[in-house]
Amino acid sequence: MMPIQGMADAAAPPAMEATPAVTPPSDTPTPDRPPAIALLDISKRFGPTVANDHVTFVAKWGEVHALVGENGAGKSTLMSILAGLYRPDSGTVVIDGTEQRFRAPRDAISVGIGMVYQHFMLVEPFTVAENVLLGVRNSSHLINTKDIERDLTALGERYQLQVDPTAPVWQLSVGEQQRVEILRLLYLGARILVFDEPTAVLTPQESDSLLATMRSLAAEGFCVVFISHKLDEVLTVSDRITVMRRGRVSGETTPAETDRRSLARMMVGRDLAEYVEHPDVEPHPPVALGPVRLQLTDLRANGENGLPALNGVSLEVHGGEVLGIAGVAGNGQRELAEVITGLRPASGGRVAIEGKDLTNANARTVARGGVAHIPEDRLATGLVGAMDLSENAILRDYEESPIARGSFLNAGAIAAFTDLLIRKQDVKTPGRWARVRTLSGGNQQKLLLARELAGDPKVIIAVHPTRGVDVGASEAIHQSLRDQRARGAATLLISEDLDELLALSDRIAVLYEGRVTGIVPAAGADREHLGLLMAGDEAQVGAHG
Amino acid sequence: MDFLTVGFTVSLLAAAITYGTAILLACLGELVTERAGVLNLGVEGMMLMGALAGAATCLATDNVWLGSLAACGAGAAMASIHALLTVGLRANQVVSGLALTLFGAGLSAFLGQPIVGVPLPTSFQTVRIPVLSEIPVIGRIFFQQSGMVYLSYVIAIVLWFYIAKTRGGLRLRAIGERPEAADAMGINVNLLRTWYVILGGALAGLGGAAISLDTNPGWVENITAGRGWIAVALVIFAGWNPARALLGAYLFGGVEALNFKLQGVGVAVSPFFLNMLPYLFTILVLILATRQSARVRLGAPDALGIPYQREDRG
Repeated sequence: MMPIQGMADAAAPPAMEATPAVTPPSDTPTPDRPPAIALLDISKRFGPTVANDHVTFVAKWGEVHALVGENGAGKSTLMSILAGLYRPDSGTVVIDGTEQRFRAPRDAISVGIGMVYQHFMLVEPFTVAENVLLGVRNSSHLINTKDIERDLTALGERYQLQVDPTAPVWQLSVGEQQRVEILRLLYLGARILVFDEPTAVLTPQESDSLLATMRSLAAEGFCVVFISHKLDEVLTVSDRITVMRRGRVSGETTPAETDRRSLARMMVGRDLAEYVEHPDVEPHPPVALGPVRLQLTDLRANGENGLPALNGVSLEVHGGEVLGIAGVAGNGQRELAEVITGLRPASGGRVAIEGKDLTNANARTVARGGVAHIPEDRLATGLVGAMDLSENAILRDYEESPIARGSFLNAGAIAAFTDLLIRKQDVKTPGRWARVRTLSGGNQQKLLLARELAGDPKVIIAVHPTRGVDVGASEAIHQSLRDQRARGAATLLISEDLDELLALSDRIAVLYEGRVTGIVPAAGADREHLGLLMAGDEAQVGAHG
Repeated sequence: MDFLTVGFTVSLLAAAITYGTAILLACLGELVTERAGVLNLGVEGMMLMGALAGAATCLATDNVWLGSLAACGAGAAMASIHALLTVGLRANQVVSGLALTLFGAGLSAFLGQPIVGVPLPTSFQTVRIPVLSEIPVIGRIFFQQSGMVYLSYVIAIVLWFYIAKTRGGLRLRAIGERPEAADAMGINVNLLRTWYVILGGALAGLGGAAISLDTNPGWVENITAGRGWIAVALVIFAGWNPARALLGAYLFGGVEALNFKLQGVGVAVSPFFLNMLPYLFTILVLILATRQSARVRLGAPDALGIPYQREDRG
């Protein structure tokens, strides 16, 4: 073990709790100070896959250091090693000059490393203060949250992270829950803060405010690591940028030395149209609007918890049109897709496909009615991971001729159909017999897309179609959706990614608490305005609703 | 209907508590286990092993408290198998629990053969609590009971306080609701789960002793007669809340007591019908309580039945 230099207090959080006013780490001299994080020559493999291949990542105190790369580039694995979730196969972890061997997350926490995960690590039935108390050592045995509540309020004011410490977490919005995560880490004495795709779930305004918080934390001397693939945000907020590709570091740079194009090239290894052209200015090829193919009238439904999740949604989608649905996660998007596709009962209102009433019809009837469904979770509702490609290919049409011959399946027709799908979407697979689970996320999604689009659907319900999909596959999926629009299909595109919505949609409807707070044309749509609608801003709702 | 007198009602209620105690203890044990996120369907087997260990130890030592302690140990030993399989090896909790119930029934019948029907030298006796037992009605119902019953009061109150008011209870609830969040906060999820599964088994064993040392002193094969299953169902009825478990257990105890009391006063109801009642009630409770919406309302621990393993991130 090297001698401990600099902030020895970070290694002893109990001392922090006695005075939880958070001493920022800037009080120590910076010039000769070792870097906050030095991950040196780290390798980690999972079975045959090399997730990290001799990766070196160094971040200093007082900087925002972005870590960018595609899904599967190895960012998450690297950060999981930093967080003590995984042990590296080889390489060393040096925190503030001291070599560390983390056995569990608590070891990483104790030297001041705090992770803000994409899926918040909060216990929903607990209050904010109780969630904080979970991480506190050496306190009384009884639950006493008074002091914590007072300190959290003070911390929240100082870092612009206001949240009610007595509120149960499930009552808070996604943005507020994220604030709780950050506040908790600060309270528990974290000096190194790692944000994993933190803006993916936020409105544009919330994102801006979070980026400002990250800057002010860096200014106080904290080390901030920002994992993202939103290149604009990375270029705005970072001091330095490390790019990963296929388990290796493919480059290190600063915003001054680079731009979107070269960052994208470092990430993907080739030029990509979508990353270069700003989606806002990309022209939509004009398509003549067809008849109304999907019509929702005052649609209502309950969510998982039995409470209303859709409160009277009325929308129309024409043939040759893509209607984007924007909104912060959990505002009724999932329920909307499920009600239309027959997976969730409507408690009121009407769903009509080409004028035919399909309200509360079962999923098969809806599918036969010409509705394609690209679900939110492809391995839960779209594909069966343990079955092979051909079995998954016929999930939709297994009862139709020529795939079915009476009660029997026609092996020849199945093989031909599967090969057709594989060719159409260029699915990378060892063969028809491969289990779908063994394919990459992008190839799973392409197979699903090929199946759903095979019958030339009239209506397409696409939910987060490119989530967890690599950039190449994502480009191909977008092209398929564009082709369907040109063919005359009516598409309802639900996404949390505003860039994706702006690039693909003709109009964008914003959902907030199960209601449509506004519908705007995508061409020239104002992101700020969309953000206000996503936050349910009353004035905006009044003006447009 | 001359049996519907105050005297009859009070003695029925007192008997409800006496008979409900075994179910209460087992139910509290299962409640703690489930709050930690582990389903234990082996309660019946653990009660049987506890009942046997209690009776055998009492025969050997002439001491009901040593018998009770042995019962806890037998239940805990069975539960540590469950913990090893479901927490350590992440085996299916339902299969492991069912296997332990069958194992406990078979093993207790086999080991208990020499002492079947042997009368115990002693058993739990009624102890009147000074002052409290003099309170009209309430004193007769609650404070003219055995030491085992008083112990169960204490355990119920301590558990309620622990779960609701202490940091240990907060951690217990966290590992059952959102183990990954607890892990991220540096809590050793699987170590705590192991401990709570074993604690739950010890309470189930003690529940067995409440039968073999108190209500039905001595050992006969299958002495628990399905009370372990009732305890499992009761946890759902209780909404994972010790206070409501108390109420539910005494309700079942009452149904059981009614059986004896009605026969005592010569009311002609088939004993087979009355014997069936607790199980019928169990089925009803399960139907009412396990519908999806009700499950959410009643506050089942979110991670109940799901083994915890750190997410495999590629």
